[in-house]
Amino acid sequence: MSLFIAALLSGILAGGVYALMASGLTLIFGVLGIVNVAQGILVVLGAYLSYALEQHFHIDIFLSLLITMPAMFLLGIGIEWAFVRRLKHTQMRIMLSVLVMFAVALVIEGLLNIVFTPDQVSLHAPYIDATFSIAGFYLPYVQVFAFLLSAVLLLALYVLVYHTRFGESLRASMQNRTAAALIGIDVEKVSMITFGIGVALTAAGGVAYGATTVFNAASSYDLISRLLVIIVLGGMGSLRGTFFASLIMLVISDLAAVKWGPQWSSTVFFVLLVVLLVFRPQGLFGKLEGRSQ
Amino acid sequence: MNNKVKYGGLLAFLILLLSLPLFFSDPTFFSIAIFTLLYASSVIGWNIFSGYTGYVSLGYTAFTGLGGYTLAMICDHWQISGGYIPFLLVPVAGLVAAIFALPMGWVALRTRRVTFVVVTIALFFILQSLALNLSDFTGGSSGILFPASEWTGDFYNMPYYYVSLALLVVAVIIAWWIRNSKYGLGLLAIRDDEDRASGLGVKTWAFKLSAFVISAFLGGMTGAVMAYYSGTIFPVSAFDTSLNVAVALMAFLGGVGTLGGPVLGAFLLEPLQEYLTIQYGSSSLNLVILGALLLAVILVMPEGIFVTLPKLWQKRNTAHLVSTTLPLAEQEKVAFVEGNAGESK
Repeated sequence: MSLFIAALLSGILAGGVYALMASGLTLIFGVLGIVNVAQGILVVLGAYLSYALEQHFHIDIFLSLLITMPAMFLLGIGIEWAFVRRLKHTQMRIMLSVLVMFAVALVIEGLLNIVFTPDQVSLHAPYIDATFSIAGFYLPYVQVFAFLLSAVLLLALYVLVYHTRFGESLRASMQNRTAAALIGIDVEKVSMITFGIGVALTAAGGVAYGATTVFNAASSYDLISRLLVIIVLGGMGSLRGTFFASLIMLVISDLAAVKWGPQWSSTVFFVLLVVLLVFRPQGLFGKLEGRSQ
Repeated sequence: MNNKVKYGGLLAFLILLLSLPLFFSDPTFFSIAIFTLLYASSVIGWNIFSGYTGYVSLGYTAFTGLGGYTLAMICDHWQISGGYIPFLLVPVAGLVAAIFALPMGWVALRTRRVTFVVVTIALFFILQSLALNLSDFTGGSSGILFPASEWTGDFYNMPYYYVSLALLVVAVIIAWWIRNSKYGLGLLAIRDDEDRASGLGVKTWAFKLSAFVISAFLGGMTGAVMAYYSGTIFPVSAFDTSLNVAVALMAFLGGVGTLGGPVLGAFLLEPLQEYLTIQYGSSSLNLVILGALLLAVILVMPEGIFVTLPKLWQKRNTAHLVSTTLPLAEQEKVAFVEGNAGESK
């Protein structure tokens, strides 16, 4: 029983981190109508940036976010400007976006392998192995910090999207691009900033991810498939759905790992998605489309 | 292009491929050639469903992996000796993949296009982890060994080469037949506007599911030959993540939804990829170069080489014609109409 509660706790903690990484992905999909398959490698890039800052300048991994998040924001704006903007709004936009972002991911993966070698690394901090006990369960500080960081950033994102003027433009662009442009919203600018924010979130996701597990550039494949499953499960473009889907997925896969062994945890992850989609093709919080496209 | 030139060119190309072993004997060359042929068949298979209907799959390797495992398990279970007999079982591998495709398609096709992409990835990962975890049947992570053949030396690659070529011919014939049938028209109608197609009497559900199964059948067959040629099969090689994207990339590079595009894409990209890996693989520079090249091609020719190049050629010719025969004002009008026609396509 206590094993299950421990799995439940670690599932919730990890779920928060995944929610942060996936919310960038779902926002980008909602506003730009593209699937950013480079999100996985961008998370790894964020982790490597903090790793480099820690190794060379001895900056604390959580403090390094003050540098890496703006840097990743600029990188995101650059990617949007250079590649995403050139994709036309046609039937094949989604597929072309997948291919373009995959090509971007390949370039980043290659560069990361060259600079950091393909050997697995993990982030270092004085408190990385420290744990504390609560009601008989040992929790690592790092996991709790990572969860708190994710919670704060998710809250900030929520406020930004639902309680600011920019958020209003963002949601308008999400609902109807053309209509938003008609009432005077600079949709291109909103798209660019949204992409930047989505990518900036990967810096934080990277620290949270890299502090709790070892990684190399190839980790991005496993990461992106999990993130994609989460945003589909939550209903694509829905922030709330993404949040609950992350928690549900991570808790269930952690429980499965305890019950049947760790090798089954990702199988359960994917089977769950398929089963759910049989009953709710639009995901947990997604809206049904009037026309099947 | 008139048909005589087209068929003549096709025949010449086939003869060239048939006689290739007369000119070359380098085993590395043939290993790349065999994989290129097999990739071309699987891209055609991918294109029959994803290219024609517009439902893009990024989990096509699920079927090549299924085919490979089927052949390996049959050979292992009935102690079949190496040589020509496993080739005869390749259609069985295709059939098994097709049978698996029925429930998979039934689930995946309930979703809309964006979600479909992710569901195919999920189904792919489920199969990969089953191959890893059901070790009583699949040998787990160590995999299954194929029976060794008695072929040696320069001859070793030949049976695989000709079987791959035969498979490619079969794939082209199936794709050609579908593209030129009423069935194929229905699939293309689904791609252009599914609701309208269904309104016009196309049984969209049956069309999509059957195309999904046919495409799985081809994938299973190529996967079986691929695995047999490799000599061994294990989860990560059979269900290869990079192959998923490679197949889609090749189709898009050549021209998605066309007949010749997939073959062109595979014949360009696969040798290039192999070359880059041999040349720069040790430093990962191959990934950077490949990614940059793909970015350039996709952004410049989003419709693929097979569609864009003839269009550019036509435009050049008409532009030339216009500039010599019409006054300037008229030229602009023609250019405007041309541009519009290109946009709306």
